[in-house]
Amino acid sequence: MRKSDGFLLFIGGGILLLAAIFIQAHFVTRANLPLFQQKAEVVKSLGLTDLCLSTEARYTRHLSQSDWHAAFQSHPLALDHFPIGSIIGPPETLTKPHDQIH
Amino acid sequence: MIKSIEKQRNIIDFTLSSLWRRKGKNLALLVVYTLVVFSLGSVMFFTQALKNEAAIILRGAPEIIVQKLVAGRHELIPMASAQTIRAIRGVEAVKDRLWGYYYDPIGRANYTLMVPEGMDLKENEIIVGAGISRVRQVFRGNALLLRTYDGRPISLFIKGILSPESELLSSDLILISATGFRRLFGVSGDDATDLTVTVLNKKEISTIAAKIVDKLPDARAITRDEILRTYDAVFDWRAGIMIAILAGAVLAFLIFAWDKAAGLSGEERREIGILKAIGWETADILQMKFWEGTIVSLSSFFLGVILAYFHIFYASATLFEPVLKGWSILYPEFRLTPFISGYQIAILFFFTVIPYTVATIIPAWRAATIDPDVIMRT
Repeated sequence: MRKSDGFLLFIGGGILLLAAIFIQAHFVTRANLPLFQQKAEVVKSLGLTDLCLSTEARYTRHLSQSDWHAAFQSHPLALDHFPIGSIIGPPETLTKPHDQIH
Repeated sequence: MIKSIEKQRNIIDFTLSSLWRRKGKNLALLVVYTLVVFSLGSVMFFTQALKNEAAIILRGAPEIIVQKLVAGRHELIPMASAQTIRAIRGVEAVKDRLWGYYYDPIGRANYTLMVPEGMDLKENEIIVGAGISRVRQVFRGNALLLRTYDGRPISLFIKGILSPESELLSSDLILISATGFRRLFGVSGDDATDLTVTVLNKKEISTIAAKIVDKLPDARAITRDEILRTYDAVFDWRAGIMIAILAGAVLAFLIFAWDKAAGLSGEERREIGILKAIGWETADILQMKFWEGTIVSLSSFFLGVILAYFHIFYASATLFEPVLKGWSILYPEFRLTPFISGYQIAILFFFTVIPYTVATIIPAWRAATIDPDVIMRT
């Protein structure tokens, strides 16, 4: 077999695998829809506000409920104490002003 | 047409042989390049899947949450504030929420305690998340010993375990009755953790939120839209690990591009000189270099993307786990749903394959346009 044939086979295999990933992802997402429905129901019935991604600090447990400008917490430039702070950015509530300026 | 295809195949044959002659360097390049695509792809798949999942399941979050602030910190809100909010036109219902955190020195983990609405729980009964069950090795029918605010131990009986499927939401949750909650934390019957507000006309949510803050200046109102946007923003490309990995990848590409643009190695230049001397056209050499870049970058791209997909959706993002876990003892076990789109793959392709392929052609073009005699003598 020529080297070019081997390379083209490899690229063809890669394209096929990528296509298979897309198809598989599509079907898994569709199959998980009832699960999402179930989770959305849990959120609604319990009145939840956040995903439980990290439990190491309260502002990482409830990202959308964190304090405003508390020392070492939540501020975009505050020195962060916890490793999760290197992954997540400041919550939306921090980017709006506290009060309306008259 | 067939002749042209045959020519390209010959060039690919030659390029592969040429790459194989410098196999050590090229294999190392392939590994590093694959790792760059893998890390970028992993972050992209991970953040997109989390963003989509949050957007779908948090749609049921309360429309407005009203929290009292004292000295910049969240405080208990008097139930009387609910009356003030109810008086605002357009408000459909105001409910109090009781929730808080409990640090368990035995499990060395933080739990979220919450009083569910419409769930029949006795004072000493609780329902716990799957994560707590795993960490404390407690199951249905067992008792969980907690300490009240004044140090007295209380035994709470586990009525049930929340479904492991919803661990991404409820891993650290303890559902408890209102009386049990107040007894545990010493919260008086006149206070709540915060208030949730339902609005008649959903288009007026932000207006009502502004009116609430106007009536209760010491409170803040968090709207559902803000909650959803928080998850959209925290996993945005500008945030934390995304920018760190992007910066790393961009730097890696700068090194690649600099290495390539700084010129070819003496051996590569001699090869070009010889090829030109034996009759190769400048266009042929450029095509050879184009294939060289394409072979390396496409191979790395496919390997990197496929590995990233399996890493995130089938290996539970193992490499990100230490960062996500951080200092948490209680960590949810979850498998993300593969939300991937052609757009993501296209972005990844343009970030990785195109710059490298272009970077290989420019110095080759410079070398290929010089007289072969000059190249071979240098």
